[in-house]
Amino acid sequence: MYDGGKIITGVVIGLALLTFPFWYNLGRAVTKADPKLPTKEKQCVEPKAYMKTKHMQLLDLWRDSTVRAAKRSYIGFNGVKYDMSLQNTCMSPDCHSKKTEFCDQCHNYTAVVPYCWDCHIPPKEEKPKEVKPKEE
Amino acid sequence: MGVNRRKFMKIAGVSVLGLGAVPAQVLAEDGLGFTISETLLHFFHKPAGTVAREALTAKRWGMAVNVRLLDDEMANACMEVCHRIHNVPKIDNPKHEVKWIWPDEFKHAFTSQEHEHIEEGLKKLPFLLMCNHCVNAPCCRVCPTQATFKRESDGIVLMDMHRCIGCRFCMAACPYGSRSFNWVDPRKYLKEEDENPEYPTRMKGVVEKCNFCAERLAKGKIPACVEICQEMAKKKGTEPPLVFGDVDDPDSELRQLLRSSYTLRRKPELGTSPNVFYVV
Repeated sequence: MYDGGKIITGVVIGLALLTFPFWYNLGRAVTKADPKLPTKEKQCVEPKAYMKTKHMQLLDLWRDSTVRAAKRSYIGFNGVKYDMSLQNTCMSPDCHSKKTEFCDQCHNYTAVVPYCWDCHIPPKEEKPKEVKPKEE
Repeated sequence: MGVNRRKFMKIAGVSVLGLGAVPAQVLAEDGLGFTISETLLHFFHKPAGTVAREALTAKRWGMAVNVRLLDDEMANACMEVCHRIHNVPKIDNPKHEVKWIWPDEFKHAFTSQEHEHIEEGLKKLPFLLMCNHCVNAPCCRVCPTQATFKRESDGIVLMDMHRCIGCRFCMAACPYGSRSFNWVDPRKYLKEEDENPEYPTRMKGVVEKCNFCAERLAKGKIPACVEICQEMAKKKGTEPPLVFGDVDDPDSELRQLLRSSYTLRRKPELGTSPNVFYVV
């Protein structure tokens, strides 16, 4: 083998770089996703299992219905009428009032970054650390 | 001869269908994937909801602006209330500014009808300008993603911000300058405490404009600018300068006003057929 030493060294370095994420995170546990369910509201628009797997499709359907078809009322599986609105229904003060304790839990765990919040305003939450200086 | 070509093709076709059906069935039973009907539902984007009972509906929404009754105070109040409830940022740089409704002079609003000896009074009146919600909206024709579209139910020209890719074709197409592009992140110019938590903001790189308060109509309320003008006019004891109604309904307040007063529309020669009328 010509230049065997160089090739083997290269392969070893290459493998080490490729597997870097595995051994770097070895023995480290990622905090488990722990979404907190609302205390006031006990029932979502659809059953829990459905919401767990298909909330994104439901929201997609909601946005098309509201924006494009002007149909904004949704009859939930329990027969209750809901206003199809992320900000005013899902994230209302009586329901998922804290994005960080609900949405972010699983989304961060699975490294999903939905672009809902680029435009939609998440509910106000107290930020314990940050103290903003008042701007004039 | 056992199987001829024709028969083979038939069997092959049926077998392929069968192969597809099995995994779909398994997925549906597991509760992981979608049932076939759900997939179809989603594929065709069938609207999932209904129109609320309290919603205001019309065949073709329109507005009349009686400029003789409008003063600067009212015009600015309209602009202020609209921009506040829709989270429109106030950006001082004119190259970056975003506006849904704004007052301007006659010579800018009616470029083709202006001449040097125009009535003196008219020159000073504030003309409240906004999206005209045209019958033949050029913005809707050019939009490559159908982000801006004419709502079939009531003729409002709306924007689906989820689809806007920021190409600005609609801005080039709109002859009225009714559209604004978000050159900068609008949230930088909105104070958190001033945000209306019931309405979204926009993000950098999308176009926005007046939506005839579609979100308020759905809740049975008239557009915010019309409402504030009615309140202010009541205090002053005058007729309301803005009238909102159904252009297709001959008995609507709007049509009665159009019947009794001479009205102008902006750039009618272009054939866009605006739904905003100006009583002069």
